[in-house]
Amino acid sequence: MTIATPGTNADLADQATIRPEEAAHFGRLAADWWDPDGSSAMLHKLNPVRLAFLRDAVNAHWGKDPQSLKPLAGKSALDVGCGAGLLAEPLARLGASVTGVDAAAENIAAAREHAAGSGLAIDYRDGELEALGLGAFDLVTAMEVVEHVADKQAFIHGLARHLAPGGLMLLSSPNRTPQSRLLMVQLAEGLGAIPKGTHNWDDFITPPELHDLLADAGLKMGDPCGIAYSPAKGLHLSNNLALNFIVTARQA
Amino acid sequence: MSETRELLILGGGLVGMTLALAAARQGIASHVVDMADPASLTADGFDGRASAISTASWNLFCNIGLGERLKAQGCPIDAIAVTDAMKPGRIDFRPEPHEGSLGHMFANRTLRQALFEAAREEELIEWHAPARVTERQRDAYGVSATLANGEVLKGRLMVAAEGRRSPTREEAGLQLARWDYKHRAIIVGLDHEKPHGNVAWEIFYPAGPFALLPMLDGPDGQHRSALVWTVAERDAAGVLALSERAFVSEVEKRMEGLFGAITLNSQRSSYPLGFQHTARMTAERLVLAGDAAHGIHPIAGQGLNLGLRDVGALVEVLVDGMRLGLDPGDAQLLKRYERWRSLDNFTVALTCDSVTRLFGIPGRLPSAIRRFGMAGVQRIGPLKKLFMDEARGVSGTLPRLLKA
Repeated sequence: MTIATPGTNADLADQATIRPEEAAHFGRLAADWWDPDGSSAMLHKLNPVRLAFLRDAVNAHWGKDPQSLKPLAGKSALDVGCGAGLLAEPLARLGASVTGVDAAAENIAAAREHAAGSGLAIDYRDGELEALGLGAFDLVTAMEVVEHVADKQAFIHGLARHLAPGGLMLLSSPNRTPQSRLLMVQLAEGLGAIPKGTHNWDDFITPPELHDLLADAGLKMGDPCGIAYSPAKGLHLSNNLALNFIVTARQA
Repeated sequence: MSETRELLILGGGLVGMTLALAAARQGIASHVVDMADPASLTADGFDGRASAISTASWNLFCNIGLGERLKAQGCPIDAIAVTDAMKPGRIDFRPEPHEGSLGHMFANRTLRQALFEAAREEELIEWHAPARVTERQRDAYGVSATLANGEVLKGRLMVAAEGRRSPTREEAGLQLARWDYKHRAIIVGLDHEKPHGNVAWEIFYPAGPFALLPMLDGPDGQHRSALVWTVAERDAAGVLALSERAFVSEVEKRMEGLFGAITLNSQRSSYPLGFQHTARMTAERLVLAGDAAHGIHPIAGQGLNLGLRDVGALVEVLVDGMRLGLDPGDAQLLKRYERWRSLDNFTVALTCDSVTRLFGIPGRLPSAIRRFGMAGVQRIGPLKKLFMDEARGVSGTLPRLLKA
């Protein structure tokens, strides 16, 4: 539910991934981002689930001690479509020096304010990733972003260019299945669990499609892991990919 | 202004300090604030309070590195003897090997000494005592406490571990369910002539139960027990005001020479008996732990086990969250702690409540069933449950820190 497209900055060179109405939609939600019971409640619930996957991936990729509280110490991280910093802040707490990028200036303003309150030094930038001239990062994340961009191929290529040699990338997205259409778009948005207009089902991506996009950018996708929902467990990691999935990628 | 630490623990008693130490062992830093002077809390003869330490609680102490220090300082409880006003005939409950241990009795003072020594050596604990908190603050980003000397301590999560009358809980408006038994427990340490044989005695009198919990011998070989004597609220002040000689004579009258001549080895303290339980153990960036969340009857010395399970669960929830990069005050972590602990605490508190009622609040039980057989059989069940539940892990999921 984050976004990688600039909202108002029309003079940016690379317009490949722009979808202005999406940026505006998320910008309106900015003030509410950090309220665990507010309009981003579902994202707060999703956060520990995707962080658990991320932590395991970090441990496996760099051989880190699962007990450590700072496994990303000495690593640089880029969170694309960072919103108000729901993922960027945990990455910083895990020890990474974090850069967060979001197309909506309102999100970046909310993110900066929150990081200051939390005592975290995070480099937040608003605008189009390609126009920011950032370097390469050990860890690149784009969670719940790829489904919001118009030119997915250009977007993935952009991410790949910012991945340092030997680095680790993490992506998550809703899957394009009848289940996700029913649950995430019609039901969740209908009931108000996710703000209306957050998702456009036709833009969702399936794991094989993502695999091919990554391969085209010279990246190898790991086994996708599902994020499923059950009333008893809430959101949890699962073999069931039907709703939402999360993957790692590294240079092939 | 001092640095912002992860935890701001208000109340540095047994529960608060065990939490600070357990958290520190996992790399989590804390401020610990307590009103009392540590030196007076560990002074000889400070109070006679004692705790039954279950197997699970013992595992926690071992896992935070106190096993060596505490080993050989606890008295094993081998059996519980139940009698009706010392009339002939008694029921002994002695667990079979497969039923597990009834735990060990420790003087609270001994536990405190071990915790305080370890806390002094732990860099991740910044200990402020004696210090009075004049103002508490919690918001979306963090928590702080202002001390009477003007110092401001900051943290990400505030823990109220101040005991039954937690001012932090009151200020946060977390409601307690409570009822008052209109009785007080008078607690004192006894030296006695004859050995107790590692037996805990529960002696029922119409005016209330009288419990003797076995303690290790004193430094000069004195045989020792902790006395928990329940008296009606209206009589308590009078009993507490008795001269030592008169008090000893009242106690001896009720023990009928069970352990021979007795003397006191601590000050007398007293606690109102009541049932108290919070349905909500958390608020924004605040959690309750130990007696601040649940006061139970001291009759079997089990209150600390419950508090230590709070500690184990809280540390596990925090560590699991922090390994994912979550803020220690994250609302979802607090929710997990509350779900985990509130039902368990309620179950144990209810057991204690039923024990207390069976123990014979005067007038409640017809005199007929107070006769030995019936009363013994009725009472031994919940008593046994009370001693054994903690070691077994009544809530299903025992925190990792409480496992061997």
